Amino acid sequence: MKKEVAVIAAGQTPFIRSCGMSIRELCFEAYKDAAKSINIDPKDVDASIIASAPEYDKQRTPAALVSEYLGFPPSPTFYLETVCSSGTTGIRVGYALIKSGLHDIVVMVGFQKMSELDSRTAAQVMGRGDDTIFSSPFGTTMPGGHALYAQAHMDAYGTTEEQLAKIRVKNSFYGSQNELANYKKRLDLEACLNADMVCTPLKKFDCCANCDGASAVILASADVAKKYTDKPIWIQGVGMATSELNWSSRASLTNFDSVRNAAKAAYEMAGVGPEDINVAEVHDCFTVSEILAYEDLGFAKTGEGGKLIDEEATYHTGRIPVNVDGGLLSKGHPIGGTGGSQVRTIVKQLRGECGETQVENAKIGLVHNVGGVGTYANVIIFGRE
Amino acid sequence: MDFGNFGVVNFTKEAKSVAFVDYLSEGKLMGTECKKCGKKYFPPRMDCAKCFDSEVEWFEIKGPGKLVTYTTVNFGPSGFEEVQPYTLGIVDFPEGVRVLAKISKKIDPTSIKAGMELRPVPQQLSEEKLTYEFEN
Ligand SMILES: [Zn+2]
Repeated sequence: MKKEVAVIAAGQTPFIRSCGMSIRELCFEAYKDAAKSINIDPKDVDASIIASAPEYDKQRTPAALVSEYLGFPPSPTFYLETVCSSGTTGIRVGYALIKSGLHDIVVMVGFQKMSELDSRTAAQVMGRGDDTIFSSPFGTTMPGGHALYAQAHMDAYGTTEEQLAKIRVKNSFYGSQNELANYKKRLDLEACLNADMVCTPLKKFDCCANCDGASAVILASADVAKKYTDKPIWIQGVGMATSELNWSSRASLTNFDSVRNAAKAAYEMAGVGPEDINVAEVHDCFTVSEILAYEDLGFAKTGEGGKLIDEEATYHTGRIPVNVDGGLLSKGHPIGGTGGSQVRTIVKQLRGECGETQVENAKIGLVHNVGGVGTYANVIIFGRE
Repeated sequence: MDFGNFGVVNFTKEAKSVAFVDYLSEGKLMGTECKKCGKKYFPPRMDCAKCFDSEVEWFEIKGPGKLVTYTTVNFGPSGFEEVQPYTLGIVDFPEGVRVLAKISKKIDPTSIKAGMELRPVPQQLSEEKLTYEFEN
């Protein structure tokens, strides 16, 4: 077990449709949730990383605003963006800052206030996460991009709409037990299969909803971590990789090469394999994304992701529990706020604080956080003593 | 012509590869190829990522190619209110490139299948605007 950089606290706000707060207040709530648990003074924070995707709110350069509201000046702060994976990119950079010896305590705060935009404009902003010269003029959207992968996966491997629906049935089961989730209703197979079509073959409940939310993760070096907590969660491996932004420039449309490369790097660094993971949080912005994640992370063979959910192997009592907090599908997906929330769940699981949904004897956890349509991928592996 | 003439909506006018739009107005879908290393690019680009001093030349993508994947979008971004639903497809062309575009409404959506043969057809959207679609 590597003991170099620890998560000493993680917190989040509820993920909700219209939060009634400004972005600085939203970030404060998330940071408070983390910082209160270890009683840390803002002046002990050596640096902060603020993560979100631009263009939802009008604040230019939000890092200094958030840093000011949290009481961090004069310590360094900066903004990081890799759209939906901004939060874990922040954790990756925080890890490097501590490992290099430059800082002892780094705070990552990720946020998004998506309710600032109407759904039509939000679709346009997200669609511009594709090549704005050659692709966006055709009306590409985020659901559309994932739908292209879903259709290709079905044609190549026989994955079914029912298997996709089963992902949402599972995640809604756990979402109904997560008090911070945006969508708390339990869904059955029939409701998922009969829902309105958004982008063939993806229906309403195959898609996560836009919402507001923030999360915060506090990282510390080994010596300093002990001062704040007797339950540090140690970072074992950080893997990151990127695919071409333009979907038509990519070799594969049935898996995310970015995730495969990130996973390889993270597993190698941690000295573990997929069979060693006890609990995972994966980026299920769409049901198909969770099926792809099963395969790209090595939990299932290529083409057999659907089988894993058929066997219910990813429930909290199964072989490899995945998204037992509701996932993005039921928790909601406030772009920059998502990665930190995934980390928070893994930290709670490894500390044994998850009650009804606790995975028995969870020692090694994995977070998979993807930006865009498989464009950026972070895979981070955590361990407890 | 510039990229302000391309597509249902667009976000930028200037690019060195602007001849792409002129070719389109002449009824041709074009990619670029690096003269030095032979790498083919779509979307077209005037710079080769491998060779700094390369010259690129244009080549026409005629097809037919094979449909790799597709989706019918029922809720489009702003600017697409009037054209939704529309079907997007990605096609592999024998010229060695992969291209995304809308699949023509002339094709019965229930007949759209992976592997079907499609070719790119430049289209005039209005007096000012043009695009290309996939037809069979
Ligand atoms: Zn070249």
